[in-house]
Amino acid sequence: MSGYTYLDHAATTPMRAEAVAVMLPFLSEQFANPSGSHRFAREARKAIDEARDLVAGLLGCLPGEVIFTSGGTEADNTAILGTLARRGGTVVCPAAEHHAVLECVHQAHGHVVATTVTGAVDLDALAFTLDTTPDVSVVSVMAVNNEVGSINDIAAVARVVRRHAPGAVFHTDAVQAPSWLDLRTITPHVDHLSLSAHKFGGPKGVGVLVARDGTAFQPSLIGGGQERERRSGTHNVGGIVAMAEALRITDEQRSAELPRLAALRDRLVDSIVAAVPGVHETVPRDHKVAGSAHLCIEGIENEALLFLLDEAAVCASAASACAAGAMEPSHVLAAMGVPRELAGGALRLTLGATTTEADVDRGADVVVQAIRTLRRDGRS
Amino acid sequence: MKVLMALSGGVDSSVAAAELLRAGHEVVGITMRLWGGDSDTGCCSVADVDDARRVAQQLGIDHLVFNFTEDFDRHVVQPYVDAHRDGLTPNPCIECNRHLKFHRLSERADLLGFDAVATGHHARIIEHDGARYVARGEDMAKDQSYVVHMLPQRELARTLFPIGGMTKALVRERATALGLRTAAKPDSQDVCFITHDGGRTAFLGSRIPFRPAQVVDAVDGAPLGQVESVEMVTLGQRRGIGLIGGGPKRYVVDIDHATATVKVGDESLLLRDEMVVHQMAWAHQPYCGAVLVQCSAHGATQPATITVAGDTVQVQWASPQRRVSPGQSVVFYDPTDTFVLGGGIAG
Repeated sequence: MSGYTYLDHAATTPMRAEAVAVMLPFLSEQFANPSGSHRFAREARKAIDEARDLVAGLLGCLPGEVIFTSGGTEADNTAILGTLARRGGTVVCPAAEHHAVLECVHQAHGHVVATTVTGAVDLDALAFTLDTTPDVSVVSVMAVNNEVGSINDIAAVARVVRRHAPGAVFHTDAVQAPSWLDLRTITPHVDHLSLSAHKFGGPKGVGVLVARDGTAFQPSLIGGGQERERRSGTHNVGGIVAMAEALRITDEQRSAELPRLAALRDRLVDSIVAAVPGVHETVPRDHKVAGSAHLCIEGIENEALLFLLDEAAVCASAASACAAGAMEPSHVLAAMGVPRELAGGALRLTLGATTTEADVDRGADVVVQAIRTLRRDGRS
Repeated sequence: MKVLMALSGGVDSSVAAAELLRAGHEVVGITMRLWGGDSDTGCCSVADVDDARRVAQQLGIDHLVFNFTEDFDRHVVQPYVDAHRDGLTPNPCIECNRHLKFHRLSERADLLGFDAVATGHHARIIEHDGARYVARGEDMAKDQSYVVHMLPQRELARTLFPIGGMTKALVRERATALGLRTAAKPDSQDVCFITHDGGRTAFLGSRIPFRPAQVVDAVDGAPLGQVESVEMVTLGQRRGIGLIGGGPKRYVVDIDHATATVKVGDESLLLRDEMVVHQMAWAHQPYCGAVLVQCSAHGATQPATITVAGDTVQVQWASPQRRVSPGQSVVFYDPTDTFVLGGGIAG
């Protein structure tokens, strides 16, 4: 990655060196299957048990409530479809959810509620939907939006859910939260919570579903029942251990990183907005996480912008891509009421632990130059 | 040159990219995502994008996907539907080339600093009397000059057809030699947004109301039967118009769209001395005189003389020809059948 300016940490962020270090032995000499009955198996089992204790402590839940999964998508799918399969009823989520939630809701013919202009769930609309929809068994509201970075106040959402759908399981997709929010302030309010390791310095292919004791759901994967009969499949030992370590460091450094990255984000956005007209911050800064910059840029198409950024070795993103790799119009911006034309000029720049002042300065320069090129300003 | 190569995931564009590299160009591969709905034919399925990306990886070039689904819908799919509703027989592949490949894509390429856009069409670009023209590809059996006939000078100057001078056999040979995964991939034949399962009828049927039509004798007007949709009937059609077999061959010789009447009769009733062509796109400048005329993608050419009146061309056939369905693209080649003078839409 040398020579590159990486501003796509919400897509994935580099693994923490400490997480790589604790993972490596499990890719070589500590290869045992933790479900075995010999001493090597017990060592692997111990590593998973310790990781579970560590994760539970960082989340503010009981170790027995932590289920290791293959990632955020599996956790979201299990929380929603697994609960519906066991309990019946219907599901409600806001329109700006991640596809891993939204597609479950669509498949289950659930209900999608409006968001505010900041991308947060509209609590009045949520209350209304819960009041008027019979038999709601799952409500799923993300903690932090992956595209625009807006924050849902999970405690406030929980109050609405508990009052208006007292029997429902409340799930939060907290995949984008760990770098920015103390998970101990979120977990106590929900029944289910999803995490994905690679968003906070762990490896890809591993995640967490927190499932409050007493919440019944149909496992997504059945077989050996390795995760206390709630998830089957041989444990990804190295991944689990590395994820726990990454979460530990993320939690430890959060209070120092927040002001640093907020200042860098502000510097990045301010310099772009000051240099070219027609650049709009999609969400006010006090409604979103520190490391997220999301802009809607007039008069450009984001595919063209991303091409020029890529050519100049700046890694950024716009909306999500389809299976073929094409940029799809953002359902999040549509939910927020951003006009289609302006949404076509969306740019997401996201910061993380490795981001430096030099990164944001170079990123801003390249973005500004690319906008000018695409608008045919300053070209002969 | 810095060239944006349109990679469809087929063998022609794969080899075209390789040819550009061999010629020393800087190449970036691009696959256009055009149709967002169901597809099992034509281009731009996920599997085709996979092939395009793997070919780019094999060749060591960057590959991107551009999402032009909205433009495709606006400029190709919706006009295709509207044309059928209005009783026309459109050619969506030509409209895709006109609006997407040689407008939307080339404009973007220009914006992104590319010198040219290349495609894997079997056609060439030649210079003649100080102007550029689309010329027939080396492989006459695969020639695609008809479907790229609309290129104006501006596009001709920034378009490359790297395999236009190669036969299809040579293209496949080259792909095999390079070990490209697309070497033996069959050619795409069909309209990409029409599935095999439902075909045209299912596609159009879900978008426009079909009107039942009376089938009558073209000479005496005697009723002969009925068809489910006048929108699905084409001039020259023989089958699927509900006529009992046996007897002389009868063709659809006229369609009165307004009254939903399909007239059938002897083939001779289809013959005309003249034809009018609208919405002309000239390669260089309007041309009057002797030409060869091609009215379908792989149809034979026929000699004619053309005269120009504004945006319209009057075609005088050398010998009577079958009527061309309104909406079809009509392309005029020079009398040596080498290059395209211009083309338009049959009126």
